[in-house]
Amino acid sequence: MRLLTPTTLNEALEYLAAAPAGEPLIPVAGGTDLLVSWHHHAKDDWNLLDLSRLHDTLQPFRLTDTGLQLGGLTTYWDVISSEEVGAAFPLLSEAARQVGAIQIQTRGTWAGNIGNSSPAADGVPVMMAYDALVVLQSLRERREVPLDRYYTGYKQTVRRPDELIVAIHMPRRRRTVEWFHKVGARAAQAIAKLGVAVVQDECGWRVAANSVAPVVCRCRHLEAALADGVAFARVEDLQAILSKDVSPIDDLRSTARYRESVLARLLYDKLGANGD
Amino acid sequence: MSIAADIARVDGGAKLAGTARFVDDLAVPGVWHGGAIRSPVARGRIKHIRFDASINWNKFVVVDHRDIPGPNEVALIENDQPALAAGEVRHMHEPIVLLAHPSIGQLRRALRAVQVEIDPLPAVLDPRRPLTPELVQYGPDNVFKLIDIRKGDPREVFARAPHVIEGEYQTGAQEHVYLETQGVLASREDGRMVVQGSVQCPYYVLDALTHFFGEPRDAFRVVQTAVGGGFGGKEEYPSLLAIHAVLLANKAGKPVKIVYDRQEDMAVTTKRHPSWVRHRTAVDRDGRLLAMEIDVLLDGGAYVTLSPVVLSRGTIHAAGPYHCENTHIHGEVRLTNSPPYGAFRGFGAPQTLFAVERHMDVIAERIGMDPLELRRRNLLRKGQTTATGQVFREDTDLVGLLDRALQLSDYDQRRNGHEQLNRTHRYLRRGMGVATFYHGAGFTGAGETHLASEVQVAGLPDGRVEVLTAQTDMGQGTTTILTQIAADRLGLAVGEVLVATPDTSRVPNSGPTVASRTAMVVGKLVAKACDDLIERVGSNTGDGDVARPKGTSLQDAIRAWHVTHDGKHLLGCAKYRKPASIEWDEKTYRGDAYACFSWAAYVAEVEVDLRTCAVRVIDFVALQEVGKVLNQTLARGQIQGGVAQGIGWALYENVLLENGAMKNCQMTNYIIPGSGDLPPIRVYFEEQPTPHGPGGAKGIGELPIDGPAPAVINAVCDALGMSIRSIPLTPERLLDLLGSDAGG
Ligand SMILES: Cc1cc2nc3c(=O)[nH]c(=O)nc-3n(C[C@H](O)[C@H](O)[C@H](O)COP(=O)(O)OP(=O)(O)OC[C@H]3O[C@@H](n4cnc5c(N)ncnc54)[C@H](O)[C@@H]3O)c2cc1C
Repeated sequence: MRLLTPTTLNEALEYLAAAPAGEPLIPVAGGTDLLVSWHHHAKDDWNLLDLSRLHDTLQPFRLTDTGLQLGGLTTYWDVISSEEVGAAFPLLSEAARQVGAIQIQTRGTWAGNIGNSSPAADGVPVMMAYDALVVLQSLRERREVPLDRYYTGYKQTVRRPDELIVAIHMPRRRRTVEWFHKVGARAAQAIAKLGVAVVQDECGWRVAANSVAPVVCRCRHLEAALADGVAFARVEDLQAILSKDVSPIDDLRSTARYRESVLARLLYDKLGANGD
Repeated sequence: MSIAADIARVDGGAKLAGTARFVDDLAVPGVWHGGAIRSPVARGRIKHIRFDASINWNKFVVVDHRDIPGPNEVALIENDQPALAAGEVRHMHEPIVLLAHPSIGQLRRALRAVQVEIDPLPAVLDPRRPLTPELVQYGPDNVFKLIDIRKGDPREVFARAPHVIEGEYQTGAQEHVYLETQGVLASREDGRMVVQGSVQCPYYVLDALTHFFGEPRDAFRVVQTAVGGGFGGKEEYPSLLAIHAVLLANKAGKPVKIVYDRQEDMAVTTKRHPSWVRHRTAVDRDGRLLAMEIDVLLDGGAYVTLSPVVLSRGTIHAAGPYHCENTHIHGEVRLTNSPPYGAFRGFGAPQTLFAVERHMDVIAERIGMDPLELRRRNLLRKGQTTATGQVFREDTDLVGLLDRALQLSDYDQRRNGHEQLNRTHRYLRRGMGVATFYHGAGFTGAGETHLASEVQVAGLPDGRVEVLTAQTDMGQGTTTILTQIAADRLGLAVGEVLVATPDTSRVPNSGPTVASRTAMVVGKLVAKACDDLIERVGSNTGDGDVARPKGTSLQDAIRAWHVTHDGKHLLGCAKYRKPASIEWDEKTYRGDAYACFSWAAYVAEVEVDLRTCAVRVIDFVALQEVGKVLNQTLARGQIQGGVAQGIGWALYENVLLENGAMKNCQMTNYIIPGSGDLPPIRVYFEEQPTPHGPGGAKGIGELPIDGPAPAVINAVCDALGMSIRSIPLTPERLLDLLGSDAGG
């Protein structure tokens, strides 16, 4: 195992750039995902890049008139403890409070949640519904990728091995609907069986769901129906459309049937003809 | 010192400060780490074991069945379980080869580098499936044990009964999820093999080692380290683990430690027996139980282990705390090719009590009677008999207990509120459910007589006393309770009473720490041994029950004794003797199944979210009659923990089997409820002292796991107007049930 401990962002990017192809460096932020499988891992071939000395540069977030910029090391707890962020982007705090439990919330980062590429990530649907841009930086360039185009397949992303997520940007908009619901097997320390974030703002509807596809995904058919003003009279009507957007599976945590049908029920209760 | 004082737990400080030493905390210089290569299939013949050439195996100690000096048998009720498979494997994860190495990292790599090739054989994965000859692996029919309990003649009654109501109920396996995983350390000291570990029953381990290695008892010493929870999981399993560690330590000539990680622990160790219970009940027009036919089937797993006793306790409790003159309970525990199911808090009773308490609600619904009224009419009254013919002699008023629990839970008012909510709310439904039940304290039937437990209380030269028993404190408070009992009996301060760490080289065999027996049976023996100690120092007033030294203080008397008996041991002794009033016939299963029972009425209130089909328990009242509460805080802790575990079993804990073994063997995928999922658990006690326990105390360790599951599921049925027959009721299952019309 090799552990690199850069003290500046530039040094970190240099390390990433210098890593030989086929032996990429693994950035460590909060480490809460990486350490889960620690003792099952053959560590000889692990090359870790410890980001903990970059807190001054990467942890602070910025809330402005135009939007919120989370840093590459901003934690859930940073968001939970900010009243301003809570007021401007309420779904972020709501989702953050449902990640793991307090220990994870204080260490776990939003960028790590994206970086881990789990289809069950709880932070990703709310950021996606807020139309987030992922800011990737390497020695060569700084580029922005819409979060809903960040994933290209199960555990596959557009991030190149020499890039670091240094920020996540979400625009401030006038929202008429914003709603998040996580279904876990218990109140805390639960990996989502399914989750969904819904936002309607001046740019339209965004419905982002986790644990119902190989990646956290937008439900574009449903969004289109909502944009067309379709009024769902029955939960089955909504589910028929939703089933084109999601492809859940049976696994240790739940069943495909449960995931799709509960997602439809929750959305119907929220958005259907008799919803609230 | 009063026996019922709410003293702080005596082991609490060390655990709080982190100075208590669990087995993995024991740093032994030169220790090697041990691990097992296990079967990848449910059943088959071992063909070949391949050791990957990339590893230098000379640096490892490798043990297989050929290294076994004596009988390859883990001694228990029957000696059918091998410590290492030789030839045939009977379940997934059955140990085949053991490895040890000084580096735990190297060991883990090596464990991945051994491949076992097996010719699969047809496996039994469901005990209900009809057998074909190639599936038979035990006796003529794979039945480990069969029990019949008969009273009156049910067949006669069924023919004439106004109502006959049937139902089948099913419960799943359950994992113990003790905080500390299983582990032992074997090291040779002064020519003797010392096994230290996280064990519930040091003498079981000693017996197993003696049998396996064919050596005398004093060749071994078994010492209990601090134990982080057991719940039955560390009753029989540690015998196998200890054998493995000693095999490796012998061959390596080094101390060997085996500590399972959570995944291995969950995958390979015992679980609660899955059950299928069928009820057929004849009821008259007034709701009186005329006859009960109950069929109990347990999945035993691949070896006998403790299954016959689990079945015994299950069948004895199967008819519930009700009076019925005509009863036939038939129980079977059968082999499957799963890792052996084993001891788990409640020991068969939670399974059968779930069935009967659900069935009471089903009967009530069928005959159009309130389920509470049905219970009131049938609860045992003084002078009536249980299914085994045991006369209910206690003064406990079971109907009163039920009514008080209803009052405490505000039952009527809340149900009225629910009616309104259930009619108007878009997706929430609420309901209330009740269970009335009992649990026998101590070993079943003649068990205590066979155990013939012994206890000593030593008077030390400095005037303090030391209680010597084999009882282990797994967190349930044994040490504190035994301290209180001795301090009370001897008139000493708590600080003047020591409790010995169970160590087979210095404590007598007071039996295993299981079966709700420690406080009642062993506690009573401690009190008797205290009396004996007082007599030995010659200062018994002999006036009445409480013996007190006359004139001088007891401590002075003990010190004085040592002055005149220099270098000698001063021991007060007591041995279990069966009370004359207890009669039990093991052959016919008639008589006093237990010295006494604890009784309870639990009320659960639940809320169901129809969007997610998730059930939340929002209030819980646990009222029980336990003889005497020896320590309020500890007793409440036992009840609250049991209720939490029962709620987990009912709603959350889903052991997913693949090839007969648990596949969701991680804390993240096997869901036990957290504090945020639990309701306020409101605990209340009543006390009707029993002559069989110290200060009148009965056992309480298992009672609280019996009632929550039926109370919770009855409440869900009340909320949704459906009849649910099996647990765990996960949201996924409830969704399926709501989607089907059957409901069950
Ligand atoms: C007990 C427990 C409970 C949990 N509960 C939840 C939960 O409820 N919901 C949930 O969504 N998650 C949960 N998680 C997972 C995890 O905590 C979150 O995904 C968290 O956001 C990860 O952040 P981290 O900073 O710890 O990531 P790390 O573990 O440090 O990294 C995760 C991955 O992202 C990469 N990475 C990290 N930072 C960057 C960066 N700046 N640029 C590029 N790549 C990066 C890493 O290389 C790694 O591949 C839980 C984990 C545990 C251990």
